[in-house]
Amino acid sequence: MTPVLEMSAISKRFPGVVALEQVNLEVNSAEIVALIGENGAGKSTLMKILGGVIQQDAGSIRLDGEQIEIHSPREASARRIEFIHQELSVLDNLDVGANILLRREPTKGGWLKLIDRDKLYREADALLAKLGLDISSRTPLVRLSLAQQQLVEIARAISAGARILIMDEPTSSLTLTETRRLLEIVKDLKAHDVSIIYISHRLHEIEEIGDRAVVLRDGRNVGELKRSEINHDRMVRMMVGRDLKDFFKSASGSGGKKNGQDWFAVRRLRTTRYPNHLVSFGVGRGEVLGLAGLVGAGRSEVARAIFGVDATAESDISLAGKPLHVESPQDAIKEGIYLVPEDRRTSGLIVDFTVRENVSLPGLDRYATAGLINSAKERAVAKQACQSINIKASSPEMKTANLSGGNQQKVVLAKWLTLSPKVLIFDEPTRGIDVGAKSEIYALIRKLAGEGVSIIAISSEMEEALGISDRLAVMHEGRIAGTLNRDQFTEEAIMRLATGGLRE
Amino acid sequence: MKKELGILILLIVLCVVVSAINPNFLLAINLQNLARQIGAFGIFSIGLGLVIITGGIELSVGSMMALLGVLLSMMLTEWKFGVVIAVLACFAVAMFLTLIHGLLITRVNMQPFIVTLCGLLFYRGLARFITKDETKGFGTVGGLDFLRFLANGNLFGVPMPFVLLILISIVTWVVLHRSIYGRYLFATGRNPEAARYAGINTRTIITFAYMIAGALTAMSGIIFAFYTNSVSPANHGNAYELYGIAAAVLGGCSLRGGEGSVLGIIIGAALLQVLRNLVNLLGIPSSLDFAVMGAVILLGVMADQILSERRNRRQVVVMRESLGADMRAPNPLAADHSGGTGSEPPA
Repeated sequence: MTPVLEMSAISKRFPGVVALEQVNLEVNSAEIVALIGENGAGKSTLMKILGGVIQQDAGSIRLDGEQIEIHSPREASARRIEFIHQELSVLDNLDVGANILLRREPTKGGWLKLIDRDKLYREADALLAKLGLDISSRTPLVRLSLAQQQLVEIARAISAGARILIMDEPTSSLTLTETRRLLEIVKDLKAHDVSIIYISHRLHEIEEIGDRAVVLRDGRNVGELKRSEINHDRMVRMMVGRDLKDFFKSASGSGGKKNGQDWFAVRRLRTTRYPNHLVSFGVGRGEVLGLAGLVGAGRSEVARAIFGVDATAESDISLAGKPLHVESPQDAIKEGIYLVPEDRRTSGLIVDFTVRENVSLPGLDRYATAGLINSAKERAVAKQACQSINIKASSPEMKTANLSGGNQQKVVLAKWLTLSPKVLIFDEPTRGIDVGAKSEIYALIRKLAGEGVSIIAISSEMEEALGISDRLAVMHEGRIAGTLNRDQFTEEAIMRLATGGLRE
Repeated sequence: MKKELGILILLIVLCVVVSAINPNFLLAINLQNLARQIGAFGIFSIGLGLVIITGGIELSVGSMMALLGVLLSMMLTEWKFGVVIAVLACFAVAMFLTLIHGLLITRVNMQPFIVTLCGLLFYRGLARFITKDETKGFGTVGGLDFLRFLANGNLFGVPMPFVLLILISIVTWVVLHRSIYGRYLFATGRNPEAARYAGINTRTIITFAYMIAGALTAMSGIIFAFYTNSVSPANHGNAYELYGIAAAVLGGCSLRGGEGSVLGIIIGAALLQVLRNLVNLLGIPSSLDFAVMGAVILLGVMADQILSERRNRRQVVVMRESLGADMRAPNPLAADHSGGTGSEPPA
């Protein structure tokens, strides 16, 4: 039997990076194929190629044995390949029926092309019934729960005649019962001869519904598990399993636990995003605490809550034994707690400002008398900051937009270093920056820790998290699933905690 | 500086052309009149410019001037307030109302357009109601010489409103381009999120900008009241907010916020008054004056947009050539996240 879909030797490069290298993926008719791998393993890139969002550099796609090319999502749809993205793409200003039959509305009135509303709702209702969904197609979409909206999206894909359905993290925002329901529907679709490519970090879902699991790592196939071989531990081992680079070894491990692990103590923190989970942890002086976990586990929310950007449902934080009341970034900054945010271009910097203006921004009152900026002083501080952490800019008067990613990140850092940090929170400290700047930033983190700064580092890169941290707290769905000391550091241990498995 | 230069050239060319066609343009009396108008309109335009730099808008200026005008008249002629008290009350009312605007915008998260549009309607209605729609003047009340001088007098031949504009411009220039507040204002207008992450209290900064606009509106309002010497609650100050917005935009303020300069706003305000003057002097039917202004603003802003896009394109090319790989390379991780393989729900 020929597979319905054969993607063979797919390669994709982005300038300077290989995203996919000779990746193969086969899907048989009425099969649920789970596609798994760490953040950045290339799952999404592969699916974007199949969905026509981007094109491969090399390799071929065969549908029913016939070689095809997919240049746009529309072409994918014409081939009956439907992509259900993680971010819902339903239109919440319309009703359910209008969403399901969007761009395929039945019409009447000849050239007037009026929408045949009766027919539309009849067709949509029939489809909803088939999916076992107990809602009227005339319901406005906004009245539905997230789970129901997701099902509407599936209904849309089915009504478009999907025979290959790509589902990207469909359960990431669903509750347990909703997830159960969705999995039932997925199995049911399979019985109706639809093939499904299922991406999820929740490995127990894959244990439940996967006919086969294809594992990617660093843009390559690393193996496949048959139905009988699929279990949590085997999947984890295949997803990680690579050597740490020596690169970090020199940088890490001052192991500073001066003054215990509670110099900066977050005792009870309830973020508004995960109000049902209390987060507590402590960081010692000069200690680097890594916060690991999958994207969306709630790490950035914790960082933003500590820094006062997001309101908290509850918070009990203290520094050196002194309780803090942080309700805004101003409060945090006053206490010497700073955040290097995840997205430096929107939150970390004002990219139209010069390096000098960015560096001086949070401490501007220090370079001013009677509200007027002493520009000589400001310039001197900016210049000194540039030199001390080696920002490669022709002058501090250069616009930060024109700097490279690594140098922009250093500007964000320089801004806080001029204000002598006590606690420094990094959210993805090296995202999108080149290797050279990366190692400089690791060295800086180490140096700061050596000077007694408490550091919290959020990282989705496994190597980075293992390399820079003295201790690792692993988050899973809004709570801390476990904390690992250096001697317990293994990728498997992190992955197990991050995917909701139990600690050994 | 580039932005101001373009419009300054436009202003000069316009003046040269008008004086070539009709030499009366250069008569002292015409220039004095022109300067008086530029002063009166320029003062509140600066305030509007500050608001626009925050990324907001203030539409209630004209109505507020009508309200302040009739209040000033009633305080002086009917309620017999002292001159100083009446003037201070005008400032207090304007700043109080704009404080409310600022709070509604920053605390209730209402859109500036809507808040100030409601102000536009409300203050006009209020002005007409408290006067029973009657035009108010200042009659024979004594002690108003100084206020009349501010509106109609000259200092060494220079009309007082223009002198005031220069003084206010200098102060605002220092505030905007040399003070902490100014830096915070630009930061907030450019990128409110990053400003917040840098510890700036963006709400206070924005609210304060509206209040400065209120104070400058009061200043202009007092000048206009004595310049016209009678305040008709239904018409006084009609559409003045549009002059202010036009001046700011012509002068390089972006309605997206974060951009603009005092010098630009003043040149913009001057250009608008020269255009009105030109319509008079060149014998263009005065019914066309708005059309002329609309056309010139459109062309000016269009030219600026086209030129700056060309400049940006050149800059991007230069940047690409001079930078290392890391800037250009989409990070595979980032690509994966944005595509949503991770479990990150939409923010």
